[in-house]
Amino acid sequence: MIKIIVGRLLQLVPVLWILLTLTFFLSKVVPGGPFSAERQATPEVIAKLNEYYGLDKPLWQQYLSYLSRVVRFDFGPSYTYQTDSVNEVIARAFPVSLLIGCLAFCIALALGVTAGVIAAVNKNKLWDYLPMSLAMAGICVPTFVMGPILALTFGLGLKLAPVSGWYGLNYVPLHPMVMPALTLGLFYAAYIARLTRGGMLEVLNQDFIRTARAKGVPDHQIIFKHAMRGGLLPIVAFLGPTFAGLISGSFVVEKVFNVPGLGQEFIKSVFNRDYPLILGTVVFFGVLIVIFNLVSDVLQALMDPRTRK
Amino acid sequence: MAGASVPDQIALLGDEQFVKGTSLWQDAWYRLRKNKLALFGLASFCFIALVCIVGPFFTGYTYEETELSLKASSPLDRIVLRTETRKTGEPKRSFIAFSNLGDEFLEKSRDERSTIEQKIRQGEKYEEGRFTYQLSARRHFFGTDALGRDLLTRVLVGGRISLAVGFAATIVSVVIGVLWGATAGFMGGKFDSFMMRIADILYALPFTIIVILLMVLFGRNFILLFVAIGAVEWLNMARIVRGQIISLKNQDFIEAAVSLGLSRTRILLRHLVPNVTGPIIIYATLTVPNVMLLEAVLSFLGLGVQPPLSSWGVLIDEGARAMETNPWLLWIPAAFFSLTLFSLNFVGDGLRDALDPKSSKD
Amino acid sequence: MKKLVLAVGLILIGGLIWYASSQTRTVAESRTIEEANRHKVLLLTEGSEPRTLDPQLAAGVPEHRIVVALTVGLVEDDPNDQSKEIPGLADRWEHNEDFSVWTFHIRENAKWSNGDPVTAEDFVFSYKRILTASLGAPYSDALFIIKGAEDYYHGKVKDFSQVGVKALDDHTLRIELAGPTPYFLSALLHDSWYPVNPKTILKFGAIDERDTKWTRPENYVGTGPFKIKAWRPNDVIELERNPLYWDAKTVKLNGINFYSIENEDTADRAFWAGQLHKTLTIPLNKVPYYRREHPDIIHLSPYEGVYFYRLNVERKPLDNPKVRLALNLAIDRESICRNILRADQKPATGFTPPGMEGYKPLDVMHYDPERARQLLAEAGYPNGKGFPRMKILFNTMESHRTIAEAIQQMWKEELNIDVGLENQEWKVYLESQNTFNYDISRSAWIGDFMDPVTFLTLWMTGNGNNNTHWSNPKYDELIRAAGQTGDPKARLDLLHRAEKLFLSEPPVVLVYWYVRDYLMDPSVKNWNPLVLDNHNYKFIDLESASRPR
Repeated sequence: MIKIIVGRLLQLVPVLWILLTLTFFLSKVVPGGPFSAERQATPEVIAKLNEYYGLDKPLWQQYLSYLSRVVRFDFGPSYTYQTDSVNEVIARAFPVSLLIGCLAFCIALALGVTAGVIAAVNKNKLWDYLPMSLAMAGICVPTFVMGPILALTFGLGLKLAPVSGWYGLNYVPLHPMVMPALTLGLFYAAYIARLTRGGMLEVLNQDFIRTARAKGVPDHQIIFKHAMRGGLLPIVAFLGPTFAGLISGSFVVEKVFNVPGLGQEFIKSVFNRDYPLILGTVVFFGVLIVIFNLVSDVLQALMDPRTRK
Repeated sequence: MAGASVPDQIALLGDEQFVKGTSLWQDAWYRLRKNKLALFGLASFCFIALVCIVGPFFTGYTYEETELSLKASSPLDRIVLRTETRKTGEPKRSFIAFSNLGDEFLEKSRDERSTIEQKIRQGEKYEEGRFTYQLSARRHFFGTDALGRDLLTRVLVGGRISLAVGFAATIVSVVIGVLWGATAGFMGGKFDSFMMRIADILYALPFTIIVILLMVLFGRNFILLFVAIGAVEWLNMARIVRGQIISLKNQDFIEAAVSLGLSRTRILLRHLVPNVTGPIIIYATLTVPNVMLLEAVLSFLGLGVQPPLSSWGVLIDEGARAMETNPWLLWIPAAFFSLTLFSLNFVGDGLRDALDPKSSKD
Repeated sequence: MKKLVLAVGLILIGGLIWYASSQTRTVAESRTIEEANRHKVLLLTEGSEPRTLDPQLAAGVPEHRIVVALTVGLVEDDPNDQSKEIPGLADRWEHNEDFSVWTFHIRENAKWSNGDPVTAEDFVFSYKRILTASLGAPYSDALFIIKGAEDYYHGKVKDFSQVGVKALDDHTLRIELAGPTPYFLSALLHDSWYPVNPKTILKFGAIDERDTKWTRPENYVGTGPFKIKAWRPNDVIELERNPLYWDAKTVKLNGINFYSIENEDTADRAFWAGQLHKTLTIPLNKVPYYRREHPDIIHLSPYEGVYFYRLNVERKPLDNPKVRLALNLAIDRESICRNILRADQKPATGFTPPGMEGYKPLDVMHYDPERARQLLAEAGYPNGKGFPRMKILFNTMESHRTIAEAIQQMWKEELNIDVGLENQEWKVYLESQNTFNYDISRSAWIGDFMDPVTFLTLWMTGNGNNNTHWSNPKYDELIRAAGQTGDPKARLDLLHRAEKLFLSEPPVVLVYWYVRDYLMDPSVKNWNPLVLDNHNYKFIDLESASRPR
């Protein structure tokens, strides 16, 4: 096991390197540069800016100098924020997304697994249709619709949560992370619910469950001790990248609730062609993906004794 | 009963039912037919698809003709024809929603306005300067959007796009995802590592940039939209399939197949994959809505369907913004969207149940 | 083994959450309207996060609005009339007969926020900085009206003392301009003319170094009524009163908070939740609702800008002025303003919007479909026959799309021509425009100061913002002649003739003149409707009135 984990962590290096290279060249190939604006600056100004940021050098040279910085963990200055470096931008935006993502994950897991298990156990009866319909509704209502609805209800209506902003909002009882987390959580809960139900149904039909029932093992023990482990297997595969995606920030909820997270930073950096920030966030996200895929693979191995050989 | 001929043996079985051997698929179809919910889902889905394909020819409006003065009128609102006589040329005709009639006469008092509305409601003509107002027979079943375009037609045409994109992209993602994930899971070891690391890289690549690039390089090609979206969605499917394959491949029946000397491809395709159809179908039915919504997000970034064409995702986003003032602009496309998804999911569940060899004769 | 993994996992997650919350602990005081009114803090939003607060590197409108609170120049905005100026750091000034030499007297009590007195040398340094090409300032060309400035910028002159800016003594600044400039005071209102503190700039880097830390809240030094208290990126910039401002006694507010809210629906909700005194704009579909239900809160005021479509005159058939005129005349601007925009926008009958003193806006473009069809036929496309299929390019935004769809239909109905629509992502759209890779492209232009020349110079041959290939030597001549004329009336007359010429063969399709529409709480006082929306914050006041909601 340890060997596997170390091996996977070592794989981070080539993966990140390829990711970096691909993103670097992709973003340079897309038309439009960081310095074009509606009121066009003179060609001289643009030339000066390109020179200042080293963008006038040949592409391979830019690539190599960029690599040499990255190796020292220096991702360069951000073109969007004139006094901040990319490291600083990520350092201040990530905690916001992290909080929202973790809370959303917990909500999604709690609601989703519960709903899925209840539905599977009561297959084709009322308590199957009810949670599954709610789950369907959750998937049908996209975050850019659910977000404003929640903002209007809990923010303007009940005055429980702020509708915009992140700091200095202690005149409402709920922390600004709650509404965005709820919006995201409800959406993913629906997915998890359906996958859980499917997984549980597969397991509940198997012989060893029938044996346990015949032996008189009480229902709740069957569900929790015997079925869950196998039933949750499909969602564990799904959870790794989902968690990584959640904590690196969802652009839509961050925009709707105006929280300064990493999702917004990334999309803005793409639109501003802020190359260092694009690369910084992509590499950061790459690290998260690899780590959490590893975590979910390890969990899968632990949960399913058949895979351990 | 040795010695008796076959027909005799059958006759000897008496009233027992003649059990005919059936294949997996025939079995599944039989079970599916008995599942009322799944049938309902299938029927409603077909109905929606049919209406979207054929309907726009019968609504009497096109999806792009605007009627600016109508603005956003609510479903089945009465409509008033306003004729303006001009100094030169034909009189100009335009339409106004009955509920917005008050805005035409803002200088008048409230009483005067209600008398005018009363008059018009009864079908009489009302003249004011160069303008003549009269009730018209024009109706919009689902109302109109901000530019006065018939919402019913737009929703149906949007449905064509959403359904096409949804299905095409899902099929692409299922095919690639299943093959990739199954191969990775089955082969294991370094091969598996390599394939999954590639998947990781693709997952972390900035999708937005790639789509911008594709749109720029290849123009506004619809096929491209499917490709771009399908190319992202398969990654999760691959992970799930791989997980399932890994847990299955160590089971006895696979060991049996291996010892029988079956080729690896055959084992993979004919023994392993059919056993993971359950999760595949479930995830596929989850992918379709995801794809439709992703298409909407792309359109907002300027990378999707070109106006005045629309899709359900775009209509829902427009509706979400007008939610407080013109709620029908949200609820109607959302209802179509939800209904389609519910139907697909019932069918998906039904299929999953039908194909599961273990849930058979209970 | 399993328990160990679980324990490690929980500890890691716990650690992460603890770290994240410690970073985001709420530190600032709570602010709702009631409390803000009590403390006299104005809550505003300018939309997007400013990229910099350096007056000489600021390029966009959000930056300008915040810079103006932190630094002032020789003259300041008049609170009632956008075309007038009131004394700023200079308490009096003189100019020669043809408006080409100006002398400013800097007041004795003018101080920087770090206590340094403001001297004429500070201005000389500041102008030298912005005219140093290697700085890459976006508005360096605004200062080219100074004699010798352009040559210095291009390196033809190496010694800055040759440029027409001189500090005659500590408190007297003399500026020599390249030609007669009667509108000079108006130009001085722009932040490219504001001074920066030489000591501070040089402390953090060279004179032409970008991205230095001098604009950080703890380092910023300015001459304005406020200084930076805190800057939380993408959330809020908090300003507090600057007691060393020369006119601190007039300043009514104790602070201003600029919230960065990009999504206009979110800003709308924030307003109703009591988090803002004023929004930046109003979502399109809510305008008629607010006009009907909340007339005391919605404000509509004319804004000095024009919305138009550029035409690429190198592409057939746009090279034919008759075709271009026909496209203009076939649009019912009134209908667009009344039915789609609905915030009192005015149909653009000329290019320069109304509001410029002494300059009557041209009344040339109207809705005349008959004449449009006639012109199209004369150009060789009777009833639209044979007209090539063109595309309207615009950047992704709901209002742009809606207007484009409406115009597309109008051209189809009136002229029987088919145009396609193409929305592109922002940077790709800019690139397409700059490389002439378009047929028709949505555009807008906002005036920099109150003189028609800010709307007319861009159409001169080769101007970087022309982007249409349109070139008319007679037009260039008229504009240049205006630049040489000292007599204000004769000058405006020349500009008028130039615009008329421009509109007779327009490389643009005019649509509408802008309006500023926003929601504002009644407790905000003295926020007058001004056509450039440049407000002098020192006059704004807050009353502790409860809002009738």
